[in-house]
Amino acid sequence: MSEIDADAAASQKLRKSERVKRKGNRTSEDGDSAGLGKGRAAAFVAPAMLLIAIFLVFPALWTLYLGLTNYRLTGFAATHPRFVGIDNYVNALTDSRFLNSLGLTLLFVLGSAVIGQSVLGFAIAWMMTRVRKGVKSVVEFFVLLAWIVPSSVSTFLWLALLDRNNGTLNTLFGTGTTAWLLQFPMQSIIVFNTWVGTAFSMLLFSSALGAVPPTQLESSKIAGAGAWAQLRDVIFPHIRSHVLTNTILITLWTFNTFTPYLLTAGGPDHRSEILPVYIYRLALSEGSLGQGSAVSLIMILINLVIALVYLRILREKKS
Amino acid sequence: MKHLGRTKFAVSSMALLSLTLTGCIGGGSSSTPVNPSQNADAKDVTLSISANAILGGKSDAEAVWITKSVIPKFEAEQKAKGVNVKVSFNPSGVEDEAFKSKMSLALKAHTAADLVELDGIWTGEFADAGYIKPLNDVVGKEKVTAWDGWKQIQPGIQQFTSYNGQAYGIPEGTDGRVIYFNKKLFQKAGLPADWQPKSWADILSAAEKLKSLSGVTPLQINAGTPMGEATTMQGFLPLLQGTGQPVYKDGKWQGASQGVKDVLDFYGKIYGSAKLGDPLLQQETDGRSKSFQLFADGKLGIIIEGDYLWRSVINPKGGIAPMADRDTVVGWAKIPAQAPGKGVNGTDFVSMSGGGGVFLNPDSKYPQQAWELLTFMNSAKILEDKFIPTPQLSARDDVNAAVLGKDPLLTYIAKEVLPVSGFRPGVAVDPQVSLAIEDATGKAASGTSGEAAAQDYEKALEQLVDKSNVFK
Repeated sequence: MSEIDADAAASQKLRKSERVKRKGNRTSEDGDSAGLGKGRAAAFVAPAMLLIAIFLVFPALWTLYLGLTNYRLTGFAATHPRFVGIDNYVNALTDSRFLNSLGLTLLFVLGSAVIGQSVLGFAIAWMMTRVRKGVKSVVEFFVLLAWIVPSSVSTFLWLALLDRNNGTLNTLFGTGTTAWLLQFPMQSIIVFNTWVGTAFSMLLFSSALGAVPPTQLESSKIAGAGAWAQLRDVIFPHIRSHVLTNTILITLWTFNTFTPYLLTAGGPDHRSEILPVYIYRLALSEGSLGQGSAVSLIMILINLVIALVYLRILREKKS
Repeated sequence: MKHLGRTKFAVSSMALLSLTLTGCIGGGSSSTPVNPSQNADAKDVTLSISANAILGGKSDAEAVWITKSVIPKFEAEQKAKGVNVKVSFNPSGVEDEAFKSKMSLALKAHTAADLVELDGIWTGEFADAGYIKPLNDVVGKEKVTAWDGWKQIQPGIQQFTSYNGQAYGIPEGTDGRVIYFNKKLFQKAGLPADWQPKSWADILSAAEKLKSLSGVTPLQINAGTPMGEATTMQGFLPLLQGTGQPVYKDGKWQGASQGVKDVLDFYGKIYGSAKLGDPLLQQETDGRSKSFQLFADGKLGIIIEGDYLWRSVINPKGGIAPMADRDTVVGWAKIPAQAPGKGVNGTDFVSMSGGGGVFLNPDSKYPQQAWELLTFMNSAKILEDKFIPTPQLSARDDVNAAVLGKDPLLTYIAKEVLPVSGFRPGVAVDPQVSLAIEDATGKAASGTSGEAAAQDYEKALEQLVDKSNVFK
C-alpha cells in the first residue's frame, strides 16, 4: 500500500510542478502557502497520521468495540465475549459508583488543578518576581523537585508523612493517630496532587509575568494602584491567554492522572475513587474489561469536550 | 478535491482498522492448538517459573526453595541425562489480587512463564478463559497418568488444581484457619492460656476483657476490600460456616439469609457498637500487613488467620514480621461456630481450607520438559527441602508424614481442623462472589447495618448468577 501511495505521490508531485511552471505561482491562492503540493504535504503528514492512527484512533475504536461486549479478563467471557449493545453504557450511567466517581473526579480537578495548582503556581511565580535571584532559584528548585521525583517515590514519602501510627504529620502537629488517608481521602489526594503539579503552573506563569511591560507596572504604581489593582488591571490582561492554556492543560492531565491510586487505591469505600482509578479497578482488579472499556470511552468523550471548549475559546480570541 | 481526499483516507483507514478488529479478542488464546511432543528431544532447553514469592520478601521460603534447591538440582539432573536446561525464576512480591491480574495478562499475551504458581480458587476462571489447559492436552494423557505422585495426593486436594474433572496442574498443599491469641495479653487480662471459645459470644467476652489493656486492639477479623481474599477466607466464610450453611450448595449461592445477616451483624458489633476491633485497619490499603505487625508486636489480642501467619509472617526465622518469642507467646484454638452444633453438618467448630498449585502454561515451547520440572518440583525428595526447614501442609501424604510432626500448629491443623474445614466452590464465578463478600463486610465494619449490607450483597450476587441460583 505504501509503495503505491509513494508512486502516486511522486507522479502527482510531477504534475503539480508542471502546473506551477505553466500557470505561474498560484500557490498562495489555493491555500498552499508552503508551495509543497498535495503529494509532498501528504508525505510530510503521513508519519504523524500513522502514529495517531495506531496509538490513538485504533485504541479508541477498539475501546468502543470492547465496550459493546461483556468481555472479561478471565473466565468464559474472556474467550467468548458476547455482544451486549449499549448495556455497559446504560449500566455505567445509572450506576451510583460511576456517578460517585465522576463527581469525585470533578472535585479533584477543581480542587487540585484549577484552584490548587493554578493559584499556588501563580502565587509563587508572582512572589518570585519580588525576591532576590538566589532565593528565587532555591524556591524554584524545590517546587520543581516535587514535579520531577518519580511518583512511586513521592507517594512513598507521602505515605510516610500521612501514616496514622508513625507519620511525620501527626508527630509534627501532635494530631495523635489521625488516619489522614482514611478520614480525609479526597483532601489528601487533592493536596498531594497540588504539591506534585504546581511546578508547571509556576514555570508557565513566571515566563508570562516576564512579558508584562515594566513601564506599565511603573506607571500604575505612580498612579497609586495597589497590589490587587495592579494584578487585576495590568498583569491579568497580559497573561489571560496563559491562564487559559495552563488551565486546560492541567485540567486534562489531572483528569487522567492515576497517581492517587498509589496513595489510597480509591478507598476507603470508594471515597477517593476518581475515574482513572475506578476504571483500573473495574477492568483489571475486577476483570470487567467490557464495562471498563465503556467507562473509558465516556472518559475520552469528556476529555474531547474539554479540549473542544478550549479550542473554541482560543479561536474566538484570535478572531 | 481536498475533502474527497480526506474522506478517502478516513474510509480506507476505518476499513483497515475494522479488519484488524475482527476477531481480535478471543482469537488468541483458543486458536493455537497444543502440541505435546513439541521440542520433546531438544538438547538445549530454557524453562521459567513464576510465583508470588521473592527473596527477602513475600513467601521468602518458597523463593529460597525454588532458586536454591529446585533449579540447581533439576539442571544437574538433566545435565546427567545430556540435556542442557536453563531454568529461570520470575519472582513477585505483591498482593494476591495484583498477582492474579499480572498472571492473567501474561497468560493472555502468551508471555507467561512455563510453570505458574496460582491459587486454586482461580482454576475455574483461568480454565474457562483458555489461559490454562488440561494436563492431558498439554503433556499427553499417558505421561500424566503415569506420574507416581498422584496416589500420594488425596482426591479432595487434587480438586484445587482441577476443573470439571480435569487436572490442570499439581497441587502444592493445603492450609487451615485457626483463631490465634497472644498468651501474654491473655494472662494480663485474666484469661486462660488454653483458651478455646465455644461460640461467637465467647470470642466477644474474651475481647471485652482485653479491652481493659491500654494500647491493645482486642480483636481482628478481616473485613473489607483492601484485605482481598483474606477477608473472604479468614473472615466471612469461616463465620458463615458457623451459621449452618455453606456459601455454595447444590449449585446455588447463599443470599441475604439469616446466617449472612448474623455474620454481618457480628462484624458490625466488633467494629461498631462494641468497639473491639479497629475499623480503620479494615480500610487501609496495607491493613492486613499492619494487623500482622500489630500481632507480632503484642498489640493485638486475637486474630483469625491461616497457618500462613504462623509459617511466613511471625516465624522467627524468615517471617515478614518475625516474633522472637512466637513459640511461647502465641496460642491457637479452633474457630467456634456461632453456637455449639451450629456449624455446617452440625459441627461445633469450623474452618476454611484452600490451596494453590503449579500449572503448566499451554504456550510452553517445551511442554515435556516443563512437565518433568513440574513433577520434579512435586517429588517427595525435593518437597522435603522446602517443608523440613519450614513445615507446611503438603499435598502429599508421604511428605506430611515426614515433616508435620516437627511443628505443633500444623499437626493440630492436620488432626483437629481439617476434618471440620470447608472448601471453596470450584466454579469460575467464585472470585467475583468473593468481591461482593468483601464489599459487604467492609460496609458492615464501617457502620452499615447487617440487614442493609446483606441486601446489597444479595443484589450484587444476583448480577453475577441467576436469581434462581440464590438461596436463603
